[in-house]
Amino acid sequence: MKSKRTAVWLVLLSLPFGGAMAADAPPGASAPPGASSCSGCHPTSQSVDTPVKRLVGRKPEDIVAAVAAFRSGEKPATIMDRIAKGFTDDEIKAIADWYGAQKD
Amino acid sequence: MSGTHSRRHVLKTAAAAAATAGAATLPMPALSQASPGRVVVVGGGFAGATCARTVKRLDPRTAVTLVETSQTFTACPFSNEVIAGLRDIKAQEFGYQKIVAEGVVAAFDAATEVDPQARVVRLAGGGRLPYDRLVLAPGIDIRWDALPGYTEAAPGRMPHAWKAGEQTLLLRRQLEAMPDGGLVIIAAPPNPYRCPPGPYERASLIAYYIKTKKPKSKLIILDAKDAFSKQRLFQDAWKELYPGIIEWVSLSNGGKVTKVDPATMTVETDFAKHQPAVANIVPPQKAGRIAEAAGVADRTGWCPVNPISFESTLQPNIHVIGDACIAGAMPKAGFAANAQAKVCAAALTRLMAGQKPDEPKLINTCYTIVAPEYGITVAAVYRPVNGQLVEVQGAGGVSPVEAPKSTREEEAKFADGWFHTITGEMFG
Repeated sequence: MKSKRTAVWLVLLSLPFGGAMAADAPPGASAPPGASSCSGCHPTSQSVDTPVKRLVGRKPEDIVAAVAAFRSGEKPATIMDRIAKGFTDDEIKAIADWYGAQKD
Repeated sequence: MSGTHSRRHVLKTAAAAAATAGAATLPMPALSQASPGRVVVVGGGFAGATCARTVKRLDPRTAVTLVETSQTFTACPFSNEVIAGLRDIKAQEFGYQKIVAEGVVAAFDAATEVDPQARVVRLAGGGRLPYDRLVLAPGIDIRWDALPGYTEAAPGRMPHAWKAGEQTLLLRRQLEAMPDGGLVIIAAPPNPYRCPPGPYERASLIAYYIKTKKPKSKLIILDAKDAFSKQRLFQDAWKELYPGIIEWVSLSNGGKVTKVDPATMTVETDFAKHQPAVANIVPPQKAGRIAEAAGVADRTGWCPVNPISFESTLQPNIHVIGDACIAGAMPKAGFAANAQAKVCAAALTRLMAGQKPDEPKLINTCYTIVAPEYGITVAAVYRPVNGQLVEVQGAGGVSPVEAPKSTREEEAKFADGWFHTITGEMFG
């Protein structure tokens, strides 16, 4: 009995930190690649004084269309044309879905 | 509340939080709501403040302590406008109150030592902060051994103004005191250093000051490099806006400053001796001191990291973000530091939950102001390839050359918006 308990403790101690009891990492820690960089310019808060549009709560298809238009040069841009070219269609869709699902 | 009192108070709170987290981190299966761990972040700038706040937001149960010496953060981006008299330093200053209100414990103290084996940070005030994951975001320190004559006393007469605050204001005052006709010298450092376009933005805005207030004055940039960030855009703008004011001396034309003497206000290269009225020496740099103390800096003085998690390749459980880390193609810049901080926060949250971090993509955009209502940018997208962050091919680049005035005006507006957004994310 005692040795069994010791064995359990040894297993627990050998797991990565917190692995024994922590739930999965929160969903925010699994944002799609690139998503977290966007908020450097696109404010997540409503109260920021900037001409740059928020992405939070926007329709994903609108974000996808805007980025595609920036990438093709159809929509005039300052830097978004240069940034849009660094992402694949799938990556842009994942980022758009992610922001679309965020709520205030 | 006095400074000492409040410091003692936060330390006590920090110790209490750490103790609570410590108790909760023992591997006892009964505690299902246990804290995922203790995260200590050293440095409260673009990297550190963003990271501490993001970790706490991702999982409020995580015990997060932010160690920072100053209760007021003074931002470097746009501080060149303060130097040129176009902006109040108050617009650069931010406090940590909102970060603390979200549950991050602030310890206003200096981190002096790190024991990577025991996983403990020691503070100058005597405190000890145990951690499960440590994030070092110490920014830069000056290499006092790199430029003969540029000792620790030198910035009092020859400001570097490469950490915003008192140095920024000193350079401002020196320009104001300069007689019309006085010479300004900017010594630009070799790569790598904080804010690659910074010396040239500063030259531009000081030239604006010269043009409008001291039209007989001149500015010489003595450079330890043969090329610099956004070079074509800068040089075109100088020709257009500041003809005859700025002279750039490249490395191969003898631009490297080899010696300075603050007592006689002398700046020397291999070929010339200058005695400027104002000498702004931007010296060679390295990662902030604590990086070396923690054993995460290599022989270059900077910190190699895994580009997926920003974990040090030299010490486990210590992450390094911002200017201090070697981030491959990513420049040492505020936007980059903020982007790295968010990737690092997500990665260490997953690591503490026993999960593997996802491969990230990161963006950087550097805004530069050449004159009021005249902005230029460089942007890039990065991804890890073979342990290094590299630029995604076909993306990024600088603002168009020979663009209409409206393009420059728009970029200046976006620059202003960017500053509000990023500082809002950190401190708002």
